[in-house]
Parts: sequence; structure tokens; C-alpha cells
Amino acid sequence: MSSAARNLSLWSGAFITGAFVVVAAVAQFWTPYDPRVLSITDKLRPPSAQHWFGTDQLGRDVLSMIMQGAQTSVGVALVSVIIGMCVGVPLGLLSAARRGATDEIVMRGNDLIFAFPALLMAILITAVFGPGAINAIIAIGIFNIPVFARVTRAGALQQWIRDYTLAARVAGKDPLRISWEHILPNLLGLLVVQGAIQFSLGVIAEAGLSYVGLSAQPPIQSWGRMLNEAQTLTVLAPYLALFPGIAVLLFVLGLNLLGEGLRRRAGRSA
Amino acid sequence: MSAAQLLEVMDLSVAIGAVRILKNVSLEVRAGEILGLVGASGSGKSMTARGIARLLPPTASCTGITRLNGQTLSSKSEAQMRAIRGRDIGMVFQEPMSALNPLMRIGDQVAETVRAHRQISDREAQHLAREMLDLVGLQGEKGALDRLPYELSGGQCQRVAIAMAVVLSPQFLIADEPTTALDVITQAQVLLLLQGLVRSRNMGMILVTHDLAVIAQLADRVAVMHQGEIVEQAPTAEILRRPRNAHSAALLAASELQPKRATTRDGGTPAVLQVRGIVREYPRRRTSLWHRPKPLRAVDGVSLSVYAGETIGLVGESGSGKSSLLRVILALERPQGGEVSLLGGALSSATGATLRRLRRSIQVVFQDPYGSFDPRWTVEQLIGEPFFLLSTPPSNVERRRKVAMVLEQVGLSAADAQRPPREFSGGERQRIAIARALITEPAVIAFDEAVSALDVLIRAQILALLADLAERLKVAYLFVSHDLNVIRAIADRVYVMQQGRIVEEGAAAAVFDSPRHAYTQALVAASPKLAIPGRLTEYLT
Repeated sequence: MSSAARNLSLWSGAFITGAFVVVAAVAQFWTPYDPRVLSITDKLRPPSAQHWFGTDQLGRDVLSMIMQGAQTSVGVALVSVIIGMCVGVPLGLLSAARRGATDEIVMRGNDLIFAFPALLMAILITAVFGPGAINAIIAIGIFNIPVFARVTRAGALQQWIRDYTLAARVAGKDPLRISWEHILPNLLGLLVVQGAIQFSLGVIAEAGLSYVGLSAQPPIQSWGRMLNEAQTLTVLAPYLALFPGIAVLLFVLGLNLLGEGLRRRAGRSA
Repeated sequence: MSAAQLLEVMDLSVAIGAVRILKNVSLEVRAGEILGLVGASGSGKSMTARGIARLLPPTASCTGITRLNGQTLSSKSEAQMRAIRGRDIGMVFQEPMSALNPLMRIGDQVAETVRAHRQISDREAQHLAREMLDLVGLQGEKGALDRLPYELSGGQCQRVAIAMAVVLSPQFLIADEPTTALDVITQAQVLLLLQGLVRSRNMGMILVTHDLAVIAQLADRVAVMHQGEIVEQAPTAEILRRPRNAHSAALLAASELQPKRATTRDGGTPAVLQVRGIVREYPRRRTSLWHRPKPLRAVDGVSLSVYAGETIGLVGESGSGKSSLLRVILALERPQGGEVSLLGGALSSATGATLRRLRRSIQVVFQDPYGSFDPRWTVEQLIGEPFFLLSTPPSNVERRRKVAMVLEQVGLSAADAQRPPREFSGGERQRIAIARALITEPAVIAFDEAVSALDVLIRAQILALLADLAERLKVAYLFVSHDLNVIRAIADRVYVMQQGRIVEEGAAAAVFDSPRHAYTQALVAASPKLAIPGRLTEYLT
């Protein structure tokens, strides 16, 4: 049972995540309608054969908007995870390799970032530097840094007590080289799992920021803004809120399943 | 009743899937008797012990009849067995720390064992726990009942585990490698305690161990296991004198480490490794706001020298500072005082290119054959890692040729180079570690308990390999171990270390045959010997 359940969460997670990524990629070249074109005569059409997910108050095709919104969602979350990894992982490795004062400074710096409520700070950053996708990426990315730094440091410390790191030092390698050659490759599994989890948190954060209008600006589509605009029309056209809501939910669910599946698989091989 | 068998095992067979782990194991133990169960790792000795207590993995299938004092254990349900374990069968395992709950005071742990089996008041249980801890020799400890496992040494923890095993006065005790994790003096004390309990309470005991010397000291009879079968069963003295079975003979031969004949060294040659007055201190945790705590002095003014081609033994208990000293000698840590010089160069203060050049001449083999290798690297990459120390790294062809050469030197084949370390057994991995140490053609190789994790047969092979390599390559060894028998078998000269200082040094034969320092005398006395069956020295009691 456990083995099948493990595969189920891994494969269903991979399938859902993969589907969203494919949709985002397709939207780059093709959508059923151009979501930038307004057509007041077609406004607020319920789902039909022509418009699968219906149209909004300006007559735009909701399916096309969701497809382009997936691009924003994937893009912002992915880049912010990459930022978090690129800064956090080296910091964690450095912290574990040097210990002492370096460790103290890095980890207390992490605590400082952790001490702020992430979403509120993201709102502050985008409010100060202006709304937009780039600033949303930076704001979310900053809060990924301490997460990756901690995970990396904890994993690295476990390896620093192993004899192969001592053997590498006897072979004349300095701690930074050992971190790169021995520690990091053995941490990749751990980081991929954490990456999937941070990715899903990034999707939620992006939806939150765009809901309050601080992420991508029109004409770039985003799920959060679709939800915001649908809010006033809930009674008239409930499907307007339903489809972007389901998109966020399903994508986050898929990423969490993927993360859980990867975590179990990593645990089994270790 | 006294002559009757206390424990009878008939045709015990265990299989996991299609693999037969035990094949028709039959044995008997009388009251007051200690049966030693020996064999190489994987021979099924632990499985036999677990089979008797029915503590087998859930996937195992088990047949055969086990009778303890007339009641048939093999037909009992799991619930009934749970009541029997502890009450009728006590068990002691190898790792005392993991047998205890780290968050529970030891008095409560012993009392809890009692209350799990008997309807008894908290007060009475505590009283019984106190009596029991007194019995296992923790009475001198102030407030022993209130201490937590981490406050105790390994030996003390094992005493607590024994107290828990015997508190309900079981008739039978199963001890699975109870002293393997302990150092010699503690080992002797714990063995004496077990022996005393069995004799005074007329219990039966099965002692599982890979160490024939421990058996020789303690067991009345021995059962030798090989690939899931008992190949020979006889009184201890008889097996030690003339083993009938080839496997018992092999085990005995591997255990009887022959003292090394000291090689004569040329007078006048300077030492390859010279250690002078090393002091290594570690900061202690601050406990007072105002006073900086005095640092812990792990190594306190140690000097030693190693000459070309010579094997030096460094003996001492855990905590004596051997490992700290070794880290300084390997230039992994800097000493607070003193100097290490290697081939005339100051290793302990060297930096940069000088350090790299000197490091080529000293390499190391660690204890744990499983933790010494990056699991993602191939054997060739691992063995070639010290090439990093060369100023011009060898070409790929050259590299491959050298790796193949050292692999063959340590008795592996060149074809093994592309495999990952997980495909090798413990003994083979230790050979790979030796190959890695040889690759830069060092003048000195340090061994940190390098054969302690291996079973006797493999240990004998590795020691033979090392002796052969020393002869052929004229490389010097610095062999650190707590096992006197191993040091005796390999070392020309010996240093004995206690509490950070060298307390005795000299030729191996002289130090072990006529130790002068009280600590060396205690070590030698506590070290189990094959020769005197059934007698632990009174010296320790």
C-alpha cells in the first residue's frame, strides 16, 4: 500500500504540475482568443462551446486569460525559487563549512528575515518600489533565501561529520572545494524537494500579491487579479471566480503532491 | 532439576522470503551455564538469539521448537511472548545508549520495566529499581536513580540496561554483543558483572559475540555458527585447544593474533614523523556570566617519533585524546603548543604549497568503512582524490594506471575502479581506503581504529595485508586503537595514552609483557585473552 501511495502522490503531482507548465508554454504561442481584445457584445457569457470557461465583464475569453495567467504564475514562482536557491544554498554551504562567526552572522541574518511576516513584507516592498512582476519576484525570492540556507546548512552539517569530508581534507582540499565537490551533490535530492515546496508557496504568494494589485500589471494576465475583478460579480457570474480559483488550488495541490512524493522517494533511497 | 536443560532449542529455522537464514539450529543451555555463540558477521548468531525471543522481523518465517524451563515458547502468541520477554527472558544489546529512553531518569526506566509486568506500587517499584542499580554497581553514584542516560558513560548505560534485563529475575539472559561498543577496561567490568549475575542467580545465558577472546573468558560452552548452521558445539576449553570443524579452526586462527616480531631499524636515521610537545585544547561551554571557562586540554604535551618503515601503536581508551592527537598530526587542526614535523618539514605550521607538499607524505585510513567514502563517487575517483595534492595532476591514462596498481596492491582488481563504494563489503571498503592512502606513496599512514569495525576473519586478512604492504613498500604506520591484541599483532613500538598524556612507551613486547605504569597494567589485565578459558582476572574487582 505504502509503495503504491508513494507512487500515486509522486506521479499525480508530476502530472498536474507538468500540465500547468505545458499550458503556460502553449500560451506563449497560442490561446483560443486574444485576451487583450475587448468585445463588449460578448460580455459575461456563461461557459459554452465557443468559450469553455465563459467570458468576463469586458467580453474577454476566461480560458485564454487563465492560460496566460499560468505563465505569470509559473514565471514568478520559478524565478523566485531560483533566486532563493542561488543565494540561500551558497550561504548554507558557507555557514556549515566555516562554522563560528560566519555561521552566526549568516544564521542570525536568516532569523531577521524570518522575523517579518513574508506576505506583509512583500506588500511593503512592492508598495515602495512600485507594483510589477519583477518586484513581486524579488519580494518572494528574498523570503526563499533563508529557507534554502537553513535546509542546506542542516544537510551539510550532517555530512561534515562523515569521514569522507575528513579524507578530502587530508587530500588537501579546502572546505569550499569540499562543499562543492562532495556536499552539494549529496544535497541535490533535498534541494529539489524543498524547491517544489517553495514553488507552491510562491504560486500562492503571487496570487495574493496580484489580488491586491501589486504583482504583474495589465495587460499581463494573472490569476489573483482575475479573482479580484470577479469578486464584485460573484452573484452575476460565479464562474468568473470559480475557474481562476480552481487553477490556483489545483496547481498548488499538484506541487505539494510532487514535493511529498519526491521527499518520500529521497527518504527511501537514502 | 539442576541437571535438566533450562533452554532447549530444536531445529530452529528462519527464512526471509526464499533466503534461509537459519538452518535447523539446535542448542541447549543449563541453569547457571553460559553458552557462547560465535561466528563471522552474517553467520546467523544474532538471528538465533532473536529467534529464541521471537523478536524476528515481521517478514521472517520461523519453524522449530523452543522450550524454556518446560514451557514451549514457539507455540505462544505474541501477547504471551510480550509477557515472557523481560519476565522470563532478559535481553542486553550492543548499543546501550539506544536501549535507554534519553528523556527518562534511569531509576524510572528500571521501575517502569517492573510495572509493565507486575501489579506493584510506584514506591515498591522504585525500591526495586534502587536495589537493582546497586546490584549492577551503580550504588556509588550519588543520586544514580535521578540521572539521565546522557549523564552516564557507555559502560554505565550498559549497566543500566543489564539492571533492566534482570530486574524481574528472569531465568534466562540473552546478551547480543554486550561489550562490543565499550573499551577494554569497561568491557572486562561488564563481563564480570554478567558472569556474577548468572552464577549467583543460577540463570542461563547466551552470549552472542564475534570475539572468541570474550568467549574464552566467560563461556562454559561454545557453539560456532557458519552460514546459518551450528557447525560445532563443545566446551570452551576443548574448542580452544582443538577445534574439530574447519570453520571453528579458521575463526580461532583469525582470533589468535600472533605478536609481531619487532623489525630492527637502522640506527642513526632521522625520524620520518616527529611530534614534539603537542598541546591541543578545546573551549568549554560557558557556564558563568563572568568567568571564561578553562579550556579542556585533550592533548597535554605529547611527543612521539615514527621512523621509516616502522609500525607504531598508539593505545588508549576512548576519551584519552588519541583522536585529537591524530587530527593534529594530520594537520586537520592546529595545536596550541608544540610542533609536528614530517620528513624535516614543519607540518603543524605549514600553509599553502608547503602544506600540500607535506600532506602527500602522510595519509589516513578511518574506522568506519561505510562513512569514509562519498556515496556518489566511483572507486577510481575516490582513490584518485589525493592526486589533488600533486602540483601537476596526472593525465587520465596515468591516473587510471596508478589506481589500477594500488587496487592490485590491496588485493582488489583493476576492474573494480568504475564501481561505486556501496557495491563493496566492509572489508573490501577498508582495502579501498588503504588504496586511497597509498596512492601518493606516503612515508606514513595513520590508521584510526581501522580494523575495529571488522569481524575477526576480515580483520586477520586486513592485518596480514598491512604487514605485507609495510614490508614491500617500506611505509611507516601510526596505528591508533583501543584493542591491545591488534596493536600487539602489528606494532613494533607502542605508546600508551591516558588523559591526554603518554604514560608509557617502548618496544611492543616489553610494554605488553611487563607493563610498568599502573594504567598500562590495568589495560593489559582487562584485555580479553584467548589462552585462559573461563577466568576473568580478579585484578579489576
